[in-house]
Amino acid sequence: MNTFRKITLAAMFALTASTGFAESERHVEDYDFSFEGLFGAFDQNQLQRGLQIYTEICAACHGLEHVAFRTLHDEGGPALPEDQMRAYAEFYEVFDETLFDGEGDFRPATPADKFPRSAMATAPDLSLMAKARAGFEGPYGTGLAQLFKGMGGAEYIASLMAGYAEPPACAPDDFDGYYNTAFASGGYPEECKDHGHNTVPGSWISMPPPILGGDLDFADGHANDVHHMSEDVAAFLMWTAEPKMMARKQAGLTGVIFLTLLSVLLYLTNKRLWAPHKYGRKND
Amino acid sequence: MGGIPHDHYEPKSNFEKGLEKRLPIIGLLHGTLMIPTPKNLNWMWIWGIVLTFTLALQIITGIVLVMHYTPHVDMAFASVEHIMRDVNGGHMIRYFHMNGASLFFLAVYAHIFRGLYYGSYKAPREVTWIIGMLIYLLMMGTAFMGYVLPWGQMSFHGTAVITGLFGAIPFIGESIQTWLLGAGAVGQPALNRFFSLHYLLPFVIAGLVIVHIWAFHTTGNNNPTGVEVRRTSKEDAAKDTLPFWPYFVIKDLFALALILVVFMAVVGFMPNYLGHPDNYIPANALATPAHIVPEWYFLPFYAILRAFTADVWVVQLVNFISFGIIDAKFFGVLAMFGAIAVMALAPWLDTSSVRSGRYRPMFKWWFALLVVDFIVLMWVGARPATFPYDWISLIASAYWFAYFLIILPLLGVIEKPDVPPATIEDDFNAHYPANGSSDAASQPAE
Repeated sequence: MNTFRKITLAAMFALTASTGFAESERHVEDYDFSFEGLFGAFDQNQLQRGLQIYTEICAACHGLEHVAFRTLHDEGGPALPEDQMRAYAEFYEVFDETLFDGEGDFRPATPADKFPRSAMATAPDLSLMAKARAGFEGPYGTGLAQLFKGMGGAEYIASLMAGYAEPPACAPDDFDGYYNTAFASGGYPEECKDHGHNTVPGSWISMPPPILGGDLDFADGHANDVHHMSEDVAAFLMWTAEPKMMARKQAGLTGVIFLTLLSVLLYLTNKRLWAPHKYGRKND
Repeated sequence: MGGIPHDHYEPKSNFEKGLEKRLPIIGLLHGTLMIPTPKNLNWMWIWGIVLTFTLALQIITGIVLVMHYTPHVDMAFASVEHIMRDVNGGHMIRYFHMNGASLFFLAVYAHIFRGLYYGSYKAPREVTWIIGMLIYLLMMGTAFMGYVLPWGQMSFHGTAVITGLFGAIPFIGESIQTWLLGAGAVGQPALNRFFSLHYLLPFVIAGLVIVHIWAFHTTGNNNPTGVEVRRTSKEDAAKDTLPFWPYFVIKDLFALALILVVFMAVVGFMPNYLGHPDNYIPANALATPAHIVPEWYFLPFYAILRAFTADVWVVQLVNFISFGIIDAKFFGVLAMFGAIAVMALAPWLDTSSVRSGRYRPMFKWWFALLVVDFIVLMWVGARPATFPYDWISLIASAYWFAYFLIILPLLGVIEKPDVPPATIEDDFNAHYPANGSSDAASQPAE
C-alpha cells in the first residue's frame, strides 16, 4: 500500500517536475559581464582594475600558481604594456633553486615566472576558481540555467564578494564565520533550520569580508564601491581561469562559419548527386 | 566478400595487375568503398561515419595531448593547465578532446537506438551487434580512464567510486580492486596504468571497428524496411542499391558537417558546459566533493547502479536466496552490467518475424517508451538518491529490464505486424515518385 503510494507520488513528480525542495539555497546574482555572449570580449581596463584588487587585497592570502607574469601582457587579457608587466613581475620574489650553488635563493621574478602559491594553507589557489565553481544550476537537474546564463563562475565570485551581510536573527551571536548569502558550502547553525531545510540563503564562510568599498583608488577613476570592485575582481579571475577565451571564441566563430559553408556545399552536392535516382527515373 | 551480386574491381594497368597479384589492397579498398548499399537508408544511418570521424578525432587530439601531459600525481593537474595556457592551440586541442568524448557518446547512443528500432541486431547481423556492444564497453572504459587523467577532484573520487564497484564482488572483490588500482587506494599506480590503457584501448576500438564494418559488409546493411537486398541477380540487386561511394559518402559527410557546426559551437562558446566544475579543483584525497556525479553519458547506467538499494524487495529476496553473498551493493553492480548485457542479448530476446520497427504497431510504442526511459534515467542519475528520485530511478530501471526480458520476447507472439514492402526498390519509389508526378506517391508500396 505504502509502496503503491510512493510509486504514484514519484510518477506524479516525474510528470509535473514540481517539488517543494529549494533548488538553490544561496543567492547568486546574474551580472552582465563584457566577456559574455558570442562576441563578448574581456574589458582590458576592467582586468587591469581586477589585477590591482588581486594584488592589493587577495594576494595577501591567495595565490595564482598557474598564471605566468608574461601573460599579463597578452592581447586577449589585461594587455599591460611590456615594461609595466616586467616591472610588475619584479615586484614579486620567487625562490630559485639554481642560485647560490644549488642551495637556492630568492630573486625578483621575471616574466617567465608564475605568481606565487597561496600564502595561507587554508586559502585556495585562485587561478581556476572561476571555472571550479558554478553559479547557476538546475532547474531540476536539467542544466537549462547553465545553457542560457552560462556556468556562472564569475557571477559566483562577484556575488560572494558582495554577498556579506549582517547575520540573520536566528543565528547565535558566537557562530563561527561570516554570514554570506552566496556561499553554500560553509557552516550553518541548527537554529536557522526548519525541518532540515535552511531558512536563510547562503551559509557562514571563514574568510572575512575582503572588499569593504573604497579600499583603493583606480587610475581610471572607476567606481570603487563593493559592487563594482566585486565585478572587476571576478572578471580578472575569469581571465586567469580561461586566458585563451578570446582566441577560443574567435576559433569557434570561424569554425562555425566555415563548417556552415561546407554544409551548404555538401547539401547541394548531395542533392544533385541523388536527383537522377530520386526524381529522374523513367516511369516503370 | 559480400553476398550482394555486383561488379568487382578489375585491375587495368600492368602496375595494378601486378600489385593485385601480390597484395590485393586496391581491390579491398575498392570493394569496401563501392559496396552496394540499400538506397532507402534514412538520416539515422549517418552515425557510423560520425563515429568513425570522432574516433579519429579523439586519437589524433589525444596523441598531441600526450606530448604535453605528465602522468604524475603531483604534476598531472598542472600539466593540463600547461596545455591550456602555454601550448600553441593547446586549449582548443584539449577542448576538442574533452567534448569529443561527448560527441562520441551522443553518436553511439543514436547509433544503438537506431539499431534497436530497425532491428539491425536481428539475424543475420548478430555478430555485428555483439562487436558493437564490445566497442561500446571499451568506449566506456576508455572514457572513464581518460576522465581520471586531469587528476581533478572528480577524477580522483570518481575513480574511487568506480573501482569500488569491483570491490563489491563477493570474496575476491577487494583483491580485484587492489589489483586494478595497483595499490590499496587511488594514487600514482592507478594514474599510470589508466594512462597506459587510455592510450591503448582506442586502438583496440579501431581494430574492432574494422571487424564491425567487415561483419556488416558481409551481411549487407540493414535498412529502414528491414527487407533484404535482392540477391537473385546483379540487375535485381542494382535496383535496390547504390554504391557507397559517392552516394552515401557525400550524404554522410553532409550530415557530419552539420553535426560539426554544433560541435564547434559547443567547443568555441561553452566548452565546460558538459563537464563538472569540481574537476578544476586539484585532486585531494581528504576532501570529498558533496556530489560525485559521473559524466552525462554514464548517468543512465549510474542510475541503474544506484536504483537497487537494500530496501527493494527484489534485492532482499536475492540477498536471502544467495545466503547474503549478493548484497545490495553487488546487486547494483550486477544490475548495471546486466543492463548492458540484456541489450547485447537483444538478437535472441526479440522473437518477432518482422525486422523493422516501422511495421510493428505495438513495438513502436514500447520502443518510444524505452527512449523516454533512457532520458529519464540519464536525468535521475545526476539527482540526489532521495525520495522521489530513488523511486523514479527504480521504476525506470525496472522498465529497462522489462523491455528486453519481457516485452521484446512477448511482442513477437502477441503482435500482428504490418506487411513490409516486397523490395527496397518499392519503398524507395514510394518515397520518390517517378517524373515528379505527385499522384504516384499514393500508389501503395506493395
